[in-house]
Amino acid sequence: MNNIARTNDFVVRFANVNGSGSASANNLFAKAIFRMGVPVSPKNIFPSNIQGLPTWYEVRVSDRGYLARRGGYDLAVAVNGQTLLRDYLDLPPGGYFLYDSTRELSADFDRKDVTLLPVPLTELCNTAFEHPKLRQLLKNIIYVGALASLLDMEFTVLTEAVERQYAKNAKLAGPNIKALELGHDYAATHLAGRCQLKVQRIDGVGERILVDGNTAFGLGALYGGATVVGWYPITPSTSVIEAFEKYCRKFRVEEDGGRRKVAILQAEDEMAALGIVIGASWNGARAFTATSGPGISLMNELLGLGYFAELPAVVLNVQRAGPSTGMPTRTQQADILASAYASHGDTKHPLLFPSDPLECFEMAADALDLAERLQTPVLVLSDLDLGMNDNLSPPFTWDDSRRYDRGKVLSHDDLERRQEKWGRYLDVDGDGICYRTYPGTHPDKGSYFTRGTSHNEYSGYTEDNVIYQTGMERLTKKWQTAKTLVPGPVLAMRDDASPLGAIFVGTSTAAACEALDLLAEKGIVINAMRLRAFPFADEVYRFINAHRQVFVIEQNRDAQLRTLLVNEGDVDPAKLPSVLHFDGLPITATTICTQIEAHLTSNRQLPTQDGGRR
Amino acid sequence: MSSERPVFRHPQATKNSAGYSRKDYEGAISTLCAGCGHDSTTNAIIQACFELAIEPHRVAKMSGIGCSSKTPAYFLGRSHGFNAVHGRMPAIAAGANMANRELLYIGISGDGDTASIGMGQFAHALRRNLNLNYICMNNGCYGLTKGQDSATADRGSAGKKGEPNPYSAIDLCKLAIELGASYVARGFSGDKQQLVPLIKGAFAHNGLAFIDVISPCVTFNNTSTSTKSYEYVREHIEATNTFDFIPLQQEILAHYPEGTSQEVVMHDGSIISLHKSEAGKEVTSRRHALDGLEEEKAKGRLLTGLLYVDPHSVDTHEIINSTLRPLNTLVEADLCPGGAALAKLMDGWR
Repeated sequence: MNNIARTNDFVVRFANVNGSGSASANNLFAKAIFRMGVPVSPKNIFPSNIQGLPTWYEVRVSDRGYLARRGGYDLAVAVNGQTLLRDYLDLPPGGYFLYDSTRELSADFDRKDVTLLPVPLTELCNTAFEHPKLRQLLKNIIYVGALASLLDMEFTVLTEAVERQYAKNAKLAGPNIKALELGHDYAATHLAGRCQLKVQRIDGVGERILVDGNTAFGLGALYGGATVVGWYPITPSTSVIEAFEKYCRKFRVEEDGGRRKVAILQAEDEMAALGIVIGASWNGARAFTATSGPGISLMNELLGLGYFAELPAVVLNVQRAGPSTGMPTRTQQADILASAYASHGDTKHPLLFPSDPLECFEMAADALDLAERLQTPVLVLSDLDLGMNDNLSPPFTWDDSRRYDRGKVLSHDDLERRQEKWGRYLDVDGDGICYRTYPGTHPDKGSYFTRGTSHNEYSGYTEDNVIYQTGMERLTKKWQTAKTLVPGPVLAMRDDASPLGAIFVGTSTAAACEALDLLAEKGIVINAMRLRAFPFADEVYRFINAHRQVFVIEQNRDAQLRTLLVNEGDVDPAKLPSVLHFDGLPITATTICTQIEAHLTSNRQLPTQDGGRR
Repeated sequence: MSSERPVFRHPQATKNSAGYSRKDYEGAISTLCAGCGHDSTTNAIIQACFELAIEPHRVAKMSGIGCSSKTPAYFLGRSHGFNAVHGRMPAIAAGANMANRELLYIGISGDGDTASIGMGQFAHALRRNLNLNYICMNNGCYGLTKGQDSATADRGSAGKKGEPNPYSAIDLCKLAIELGASYVARGFSGDKQQLVPLIKGAFAHNGLAFIDVISPCVTFNNTSTSTKSYEYVREHIEATNTFDFIPLQQEILAHYPEGTSQEVVMHDGSIISLHKSEAGKEVTSRRHALDGLEEEKAKGRLLTGLLYVDPHSVDTHEIINSTLRPLNTLVEADLCPGGAALAKLMDGWR
C-alpha cells in the first residue's frame, strides 16, 4: 500500500456533530498551521441546524498558496458516528483515517488502502477529566494534540495558541493544554511513523491575517462611518451585524456618559431593514444593511424607490444557495442578476464583488462613499464562503487623511450663497448626479418632496411623458458616471498573444487562478480578468474583444455573470463559454480545468506549441 | 398634479412667536376630492403647527401610499417630505429619526397603508416607541383604487358599491394600545376643536403618538349605509374627554372645579388638561382605555379623544442609548478609530 506522503500540501477533513464544540478545536488546528507560516484555507461545511446534524471542516494546507477548496481529502478526522462509514469510504487510496477507537470499527471498515489512526478519544478524555461538559469539548482538543504529533507540528505553537485564547480565563487554559498533551503523547507512543503527511515551518504567510469576510465588512462599515443599521437576521449575513455591533461597543461609545454613536435596529423584516437604511440616508446619516438572497427578494420594492428617488443605501448580500430557502448554509454566486436589476421598471444598481476579507473591509467603506456620491443603492456581493469562513488575507490599513465622500450635498451656507433656483433633480454638472439637501438645513431654502412617483427637476409630481423620459435618461447618464467611479477590473496577462481569456468575480478567484496555473503547466495559456464591480468598465469589453474565447467562471447554474456581460455590452455571446459550478460547495480548480479542457477539446481549440494563436 | 398656491401674503397676517404666519405652514393646493376628510385633517395639522410656533424646516413629513399619503404635499411646504412606498412609512421614518433625533416627525398614513400592507411596520414602530407622530387618516376604504373595503371597515358597512363588508374590522386604537403605544387618540376630521389639541399633545409626546382620524371619503364611502360617513360618525361619536393642550411656555389660565379635570405633564413640560365628562377613566391606564373602547363599541358608539397616554414614555433613542447629538452631524473624528487602532486589531488575526 502506498501511503500519501506530502509536506505542506494536503487536505484534512474533520467530521463532527453540529453543536458539539468542534469549531474551536478545528480552528485551533488551522490557526496553528497558519502560525507555522504555511498558507491554510479552512472551510466549514455545516448544516442548517443548531445541534445534532453532521458538519465538516476542511483544512487545505498549501505551501504554494492555493486557497480554494481542493476537493477530496487525504486525512479524515472522523468523530461523527452518523457519517463514519461515508467519511471512510470517501478517502482516496493511501489516505488516513483518524477515529475514536474507544469503540471498535465494524466489519464494513475493511479497506486495505487506508491507514487507520486509532485514538481512544473518549476513553482518554473520560479518564483524565471529570466535568461532563468539559469532556465534550476536550475530546476534540485531544485529536488536535494527536494530529500535532502525526503531522510533526510544532507543539508549542498549539500550546501558545491555547494560552493566548484563554489569556483572560487561565483556568480553562490548563485543561486544554492537558488535552493537547494527552492526544500528542498517545499518538507519539502508539502511532509513530504511520502518517506521511507533514507540516513544516516555512515563510509562506508573511504579513497576512486569517479572518472571515463578514467580520471584515462589519469593521469596514464602522471605519467608513456608518451610523445607522437596519437589519433582519438571515444566514449567512448575521455575523456582519454582530461584528459591527461588537466594534461599535469598542469604538463608538462616548466617553462622557457612555452613549453610543450608532443606531442599530433589528427590523421586523428585510423590507423594514432597507426602509430604515433609506430613511437614514435620506436624512444624512451613513447607513447599511446586510442580508442574503431571500432578503434581496423582499428588498426589491425599496431598491426601486432608492433608485428612482435617488437615495443612497448600502446593501451587503452574502449570497447562499437558492432558489427560495435553498441551502441556507451553502455557498453560491447566484444573486448576480437579482441584485443587478432588482425591482420593477427599468432599474439597475452598482455592484461590488469582494474576493477576500481585505476587499470586504475596503469595499464596505468604498460602498458608503459610492452610494452617497451616486445617490443610489449600492450592493456588495459577498457569499457564504467568503463571509463565514476564515480566509487568508492581506492586512487591512486605513489612511488617516481619508475623508468620507458625502457626495453632492448643499449646506446652509451653500443655499444662502446660491443665486440660481435649486432643483433636487436638476443636473447642473452634466454627470447625471444632482445636488441634494438634508432636512432641517435652512429655514426657507432647499426643502423638497422626495417621492417614488414620477417627478420633475424640482421634485414636483408630474405625469408629463417628456419630463418622465428625460428623467429616466438622466439616470442612464448617471449610470455612465458610475462606470468611472466603481473599482476597475484586475488584469492578469500571461501572454498577450493568447486567444484565450477568463473572467470571474469574488470567491471564484482563488480556484480560477489555481486552475489557470494548472492549465498553463499543460501549455494552455489563459489571460485573466477579475471583475470588481458592475457597471463594467470599457476595459472589460476591450479584454473580451482582444480574445477569441473568454471563459466566464461563476458559481451558479444559469451563467448570470455571463448574461450580465452579454446584456450590458456589445459582445458576441458565442465568445463567452461558461464554466459553472453550483452544488453549494465552493468551486475547485479541478472543476474549472475539467470544463475548460472539455470545451477546448470539443471545439478543437487546444493551442499547440506554435499554432492556435490569433 | 399639485399646484402651488399664490405667493401673496397679507401684510397684517397674525404671526406666531416664531415669526411665521399661518400661511407659512400651508403647502400646495390639494388635489383630493372636494369635501375630503383628509383636507380637514391637513388643516388641523397646519393649525397645530402654527399655534405651537414650530419652525417648519425642523419638521420632516413622512408618508406611505394612498390618498392620505398624498397630503404631506398639502401642508408645511417649507418642510422636507418623503412620500415613500405603500405601507413602509414607519421603517423609513425610523431610519430618518435615527439619523437626526432633533427634528419633529409627522408620519401620515391611511387605513390601507396601516391596517393592511403596512400592518407589520405599524406594529413594530409602536413597540419600538419611535418618536413619531403617526396620523392615520382612516376612511374605511381604498380611495385611489376606487372604493374597495379596507381592513378598518366595519362588518356590515357598505360604501358606494353597495356590498356590505363581510369581515370584522381592525380597531387601530385598540391594537396600538395592545402593542405598547405610549400615546393613542382618536379624532374626527369633522371636529377640529378636538383634533387640533390631540395633534398638539402628540407633538409634545416623547415616543410614538398614534392618532386615528376618522376621515370620511366623500366619493366612495359617504353613503347612508357606511359607518365611516360624515353623518354616521357625527351621530355615533362619543368623546371620552375634552381637553386643553398647554405648551410649556404658556400659563394655565383655565381652572376647573376639583375632581373634574386630570392634568398630565408631558415629557417636554407641556400639560394636557383633561376635562372629564363624568366619573371618567384614567387616561394613563392602558386597561381603562381598552375597557372604554369596548364599552362604547358595545353601545354602538365610536369613542374619540385622548384614549391613553404614558407621560413617562421612553423613545427608541433612549432605549438604544444613542448619543444626544444627531447621528447625521458626526464626522470622521467621531466615527473612525483610525489606522493605528486598525493595526492593533490585525495582531488578533495572526
